[in-house]
Amino acid sequence: MHTKTIKRLCADLNAGEYSSVELAQYYLDRIQRYQSINAFVTVDPEFTLSQAREADKAIRKDKHKPLTGIPIAHKDIFCTKGMLTTCSSKILSNFVPPYDATAIKKCKDSGMVCLGKTNMDEFAMGSSNETSYYGPVKNPWNETMVPGGSSGGSAAAVVARLAPAGTGTDTGGSIRQPAALCGITGLKPTYGRVSRYGMIAFASSLDQAGTLTQTAEDAALLLNVLAGFDPRDSTSVEESVPDYTENLGKDLAGLRIGLPKQYFDEGLDPAVEQAIQESLKVFERLGAALIEIDLPNSELCVPCYYVIAPSEASSNLSRFDGVRYGYRAEDYEDLDDMFMRTRSEGFGPEVKRRIMIGTYALSAGYYDAYYLKAQKLRRLITQDFEQAFERCDVIMGPTTPTPAFELGAKTEDLIAMYLNDIYTISANLSGLPGISIPSGFVNRLPVGLQIIGSYFAEALILNVAHRFQMETDWHQKVPEGFAV
Amino acid sequence: MTWETVIGLEVHVQLSTKSKIFSSASTRYGADPNTQACEVDIALPGVLPVMNLEAAHLAVKFGLAVGAEINRRSVFARKNYFYPDLPKGYQISQYEIPIVSGGQIVIEKNGSQKTIGITRAHLEEDAGKSLHEDFHGMSGIDLNRAGTPLLEIVSEPDMRSPAEAIAYLRKLHMLVRYLDVSDANMQEGSFRCDANVSVRPQGQKEFGTRTELKNINSFRFVEKALQFEIERQIDVIEDGGEVIQETRLYDPDRGETRPMRTKEDAHDYRYFPDPDLPPLQLSEQFIEEVRNELPELPDAKKLRFIDQYHLNPDDAEQLIISKDTADYFESAVSSDVGSAKTVANWINTELASYLNEENKTIKESPVSADMLRQLIRRIQDNTISGKIAKEVFKAMWAGQGSVDDIIEQKGLKQITDNAAIEKIIEEVLAKSSAQIEQYKSGQEKVFGYFVGQVMKATQGKANPQQVNTILREKLKSSSGR
Repeated sequence: MHTKTIKRLCADLNAGEYSSVELAQYYLDRIQRYQSINAFVTVDPEFTLSQAREADKAIRKDKHKPLTGIPIAHKDIFCTKGMLTTCSSKILSNFVPPYDATAIKKCKDSGMVCLGKTNMDEFAMGSSNETSYYGPVKNPWNETMVPGGSSGGSAAAVVARLAPAGTGTDTGGSIRQPAALCGITGLKPTYGRVSRYGMIAFASSLDQAGTLTQTAEDAALLLNVLAGFDPRDSTSVEESVPDYTENLGKDLAGLRIGLPKQYFDEGLDPAVEQAIQESLKVFERLGAALIEIDLPNSELCVPCYYVIAPSEASSNLSRFDGVRYGYRAEDYEDLDDMFMRTRSEGFGPEVKRRIMIGTYALSAGYYDAYYLKAQKLRRLITQDFEQAFERCDVIMGPTTPTPAFELGAKTEDLIAMYLNDIYTISANLSGLPGISIPSGFVNRLPVGLQIIGSYFAEALILNVAHRFQMETDWHQKVPEGFAV
Repeated sequence: MTWETVIGLEVHVQLSTKSKIFSSASTRYGADPNTQACEVDIALPGVLPVMNLEAAHLAVKFGLAVGAEINRRSVFARKNYFYPDLPKGYQISQYEIPIVSGGQIVIEKNGSQKTIGITRAHLEEDAGKSLHEDFHGMSGIDLNRAGTPLLEIVSEPDMRSPAEAIAYLRKLHMLVRYLDVSDANMQEGSFRCDANVSVRPQGQKEFGTRTELKNINSFRFVEKALQFEIERQIDVIEDGGEVIQETRLYDPDRGETRPMRTKEDAHDYRYFPDPDLPPLQLSEQFIEEVRNELPELPDAKKLRFIDQYHLNPDDAEQLIISKDTADYFESAVSSDVGSAKTVANWINTELASYLNEENKTIKESPVSADMLRQLIRRIQDNTISGKIAKEVFKAMWAGQGSVDDIIEQKGLKQITDNAAIEKIIEEVLAKSSAQIEQYKSGQEKVFGYFVGQVMKATQGKANPQQVNTILREKLKSSSGR
């Protein structure tokens, strides 16, 4: 049962093969059995089963929606009413939101069943899931390896088949990179496509919610639920939402695939490059044309990102001050001491590092040289893509320069850690949609192919990914230890 | 040396929207602590601000009324600092591009006029309140006020005396109330003022070092605080010292200003554009619609009152003090323009003193404009004298009925029958032989005594003109005897 896609589970539920409660219990058992990968922060079986019972009722009364009864794991960055929401931080280790994030509410309203909250890098700051207050998530393909981050818990849960699907958020690659490292399908939609309301902010102008699934088809089904304008989020876009499954299967003949020469440069593991080249041949066979393109400002993406993201984060995380909710230091002398101790004790080192970088970049006298300059670079990077999309329909390349690396390998070398997101950050800076799909293995570790589309071209990249998955079976591979 | 004072004012006006600037919580004043703070106001993780366009509407209304430039695109920024009643750890405000730029306000000064420039007016959210009493050594936080929309109106340093500063503030206060932009209630903090003050030798071009005064939340305090601070600065300089640029708090109990305790390091607010809010874009159509709903403004109304009702400038000035007063006046005059002067007098003296006495607004007056009009009509048609009218007014104020009912009930109708008045006068004169002698010997003042006696005998109801005429005739004829 665990290898079944959302699409298949829906059909089974509607046919009465099993109930939503049975399905939920099945996954709860797997979550229990495979605790060693540390994919979940919070699991509340009674909460899950009560939602499943509601779903079964709706199915019985024939009042169900397309995804009613389908279990899903939510990244612990989304506020869930009545259920602990920690952002994998000590500072929120006791926080139970009184409201649901819009993405959560949409899942609920469509009858989906919450399996629990997944582990992540603290406040989504990390590429390896090692910054979590609750300990690192382990890569199901090799438990000495990182699963990627920051949505590492959701990615690991989906590939280990502890959940048919997961939600994630992507600020610099936090959906696509763990999807690549875990060998699943990770979609980051266009900025503004999915509401950010109730999603704990890391970098507001970059954060975007998305999906972690086995297949592109499942991602389309889930995006149908999540996408849409939200009056509570002024940065969500009032753009009509198509049925993302409608175009799936469409012919790719004549598709122009842009290959940025900068994405196949030094820094890319040759073995990864080879896997990607093999995948590109599949598209050629499907009738697509490969075109080399130029994204001249690519090398500026990482420095640009590491000014903008920490700047916004330094301000976004100011609300965690111990006054109204969350962790508060026990012993303090006065107000300032309470602020300082609470934040010193409540945040982990990576979060503190980024708050300090951001505070510095926004300071009087440095603002122009850092924040303003980074904003200008951001415009240049965006222009590169706009020009590229005049010559091609989608852009492809590796999602990451290497497969998963060992736990602890890069925790001391931050630059190496940050360079992990070198191919994914640009889609956040420009706001473009991107998807990572499994496209081979290197040393028994998955490799991800990234497909970037133009604004609101989710339907197109989902179909491109879907067509690839009709030709390949990388996405169906399950890590050995989780195959039963 | 002669010193010149330079004053600029920053006024925070609470905009009278129903809900907050970035959330749907109510802005009603006086609710129990934290009952009007939603998840956005208390800055729960994950929440986002959504601009309340009504706040922009009111800001534009103000901008148009002072002849300012309305910026078609303005930008919200975050002002970052830690404070327990600032839930997000930053205040959303407008920094580089405010919604309103420029503009001016004209003040009256000893009969002449002076124009005070407005630098800018920008939208921002208010913070909550820290409560230090009743918490046994701890502090309480009330976030009801957090997120209340404010318009911060910054003037140019154009004022040269506390009197000018007060005149500017009063004018601004009147204006925002006219526009219904704010209730501008100073006690409730919906109209708050900070002042930047410096002094310089008369004739010097450069400004002196300024201090910023806070906590001056009544017109009286503004005047006193400014006066104190100006003298303090002059003393410092004359004693060979230097004014330090700092923020000073006014202590109304001691009538002095003193430096606020601040950290050594200057505040760096790390302003940057708020990524949660797109720039505020205003269409020409929106601005035109606001322009069309602008009411007649105080200056224009005053000129019209002088012109249309032939009032003198002082009377007109008093009547336009609030839109409600002006409306009351026009309603009481109705179509009878000839009564305007009398109506103005009644409003500015009798009614004003009653309102003052009971601390009521004109809208709360038990004597409506309609009732005042009828009262004045009864004076004009000689039913009652002006003096009796005051008695009637008092009765109306006490809720004893309409003009005519009160005149009827109390028998206050004027005696206008010549024969009746003559009879009373004869009775008075018959008892006043000594006074008649005095009068005859040339003491004209005694005439007043006779009038008084007649009025006393009629309980003030005799028509005064008739009493005068008949009395003079009688005295003349008695002297000719």
